[in-house]
Parts: sequence; structure tokens; C-alpha cells
Amino acid sequence: MSHDSAHAIPIETSTGLDSRKLAIWTFIGSECLFFASLISVYMVYKGKSLVGPFPHQPWTSPTGQEFEPILQIPLVTTGTALLLFSSFFVVMALAGAQRGDRRALLGWLGATIFCGMFFVGMQVYEFYHFVHEGLGYTTNLFGSTFYTLTGFHGTHVTIGLIWLLTIWILALRGKLPPEKSLNLEIAALYWHFVDVVWIVIFPVVYLMR
Amino acid sequence: MNDQAATAHQKPHPGTAGYIKIALTLFVLTALEVGAYEVARRGAPPGLAAVVAPLIIQILLVLSAAKFALVAMFYMHLKQDSKIFSSVFVFPIIIAAIILFALIALFWYLGIQHP
Repeated sequence: MSHDSAHAIPIETSTGLDSRKLAIWTFIGSECLFFASLISVYMVYKGKSLVGPFPHQPWTSPTGQEFEPILQIPLVTTGTALLLFSSFFVVMALAGAQRGDRRALLGWLGATIFCGMFFVGMQVYEFYHFVHEGLGYTTNLFGSTFYTLTGFHGTHVTIGLIWLLTIWILALRGKLPPEKSLNLEIAALYWHFVDVVWIVIFPVVYLMR
Repeated sequence: MNDQAATAHQKPHPGTAGYIKIALTLFVLTALEVGAYEVARRGAPPGLAAVVAPLIIQILLVLSAAKFALVAMFYMHLKQDSKIFSSVFVFPIIIAAIILFALIALFWYLGIQHP
């Protein structure tokens, strides 16, 4: 059976719900536990670093050089705002896909991808800046927990970007008709999930001193 | 199952105007988060800082929870979709919250026992 014809045949399920959508929600549920573990570890070791760089306090290096707190709130706030707006853009893309408006679908999904790319770029710059400032993965507890938590989130965002980019290319080639909009809805659910995880990470890591 | 069958359990989605209102609300809540952080950090203006600084963690938790709920309910369509999806999402979140508080309590206790 071809992929196209598989979509055309209704399949009854005991719940009356699409199995693919139930599967992505189950996956998202398991991911909640994964990120809860990482956030728990970050919070447990918060403020326990013995040597700098520190996230919110100025610090002095062994050579006597003084440094400012390492976190860059304005840059990350911009990335956060764009990630939040990308959630809005992807629901607009989904609405466009559901009504068969290919132009709206491509435009809004393109905007979502742009915001996601900015966010990942912001995170790459931030990591580069931190390493340049002397914060390696094993420098202190802050470095280990920060890179693990935000690195795993960034990886999820990157996977979501690849997923959305694939759908954007399919839509560009006219292979995402309204009856297949669930393909985008499932990807959008994953994208919203990485957004809600960041909604928790942003205040915990960047704003709580 | 085709997509029409998949949406059989859905109520109508918020629509463009609703999505825009939610996006603006999320933006305002984020601005409030960063604003509260800056007021607490700078200690200025003094009157506002005296109120915000002692409650900064609670303020950030409430704002973050509100943003989380808005995205989950309206953008992820949990408010309109089948309750089964909500259950599959909310149950792990409850377990996650228990893990979070249990670990924090455990390490707090260990910190007291072995300072």
C-alpha cells in the first residue's frame, strides 16, 4: 500500500482517536519526565559551584582578573520571545494547511523555521561565549548542569527544526494537502512542547538568582 | 484513520484573533518576568523592589505556569481536544513535579545532615 492511499482509508481505533496523535502525546509525556529530571538536577546543584564563572554573581579568576556574571539576559530574552512567537506562527501554518491555503502554510511555517534557527544560533553563540569566558563542561557544577540542560533542549529544538523544514519542503512540492494536515499538527505539537519546556527553563536558569 | 476522523473529538479552535491574543499575552507575561527580575536585581525603583524582591521566585513561578498553561491549552489544543490527550500529558507532569520536589527536599535534608 502506498503512503498516499494509506491516508485515504479510515482506520477505526478503540479510542476513536488517531494513533499517531496519541503516540506523539505519549512521547511528549515521557519527555516531560526526562526534562523534569534535568531541571531537578540543575536546581539541586544551583548555587553549589565552588569556582567561577558564576551565573549571577561577579567573580575573580585565580590570576586576579575580575569578571561580570556570565549570563546574558537581553540576548536570551530575545531568543525566548522569538521561540514563543514561533508557537503562534506554527498554529497559523496549521490553520493554513487545514484550509488548503498553501501560501499561508509556507509563509507561516517559514517564519517558524526562521525563529527556531535564530534560537539555535543564539544558543550556539551563548555556548561559544561561555567557553571563551572560561566556563567548560567540567569547570564547575553550574557548567555541567547548565550545558546538560540547555544542550538537550537545544538538541530538541534542532530536531524540531529539521522536522518542520522537511514538512515545509513537502508543502512546497504540493505534497501536504488538507487531508494530510495531521502530519503538520503532530510536528507542531512537538514544537510547542520544546517551547513549553523553555518556558520553564528560562526563569529557572536565567531569572532565579 | 484520515484527518477528519482524527478531529472528530475536537471543539472549534480559537481562530486567528484568539491566537493573536494568546501570543500578545505570552509576550506581556515574558516582559513581566524579565521586568520583575530587573527590578529585583537593581533594587530600583525602591518601593516596587521592596515588594518584588522578596517574592521574585513566586512571581516567576506563577508567570511561568500561566505561560505553560496558555500554550498547552490553546496552541496545543488540549482545551479543545479529547480529554485522553490531556490525561496522557498531565499525569507525567504530576509525576515530574513530585520528582522535582522530592529531589530538592532530599538534597536539602542531606545538606542539613552533612553540611
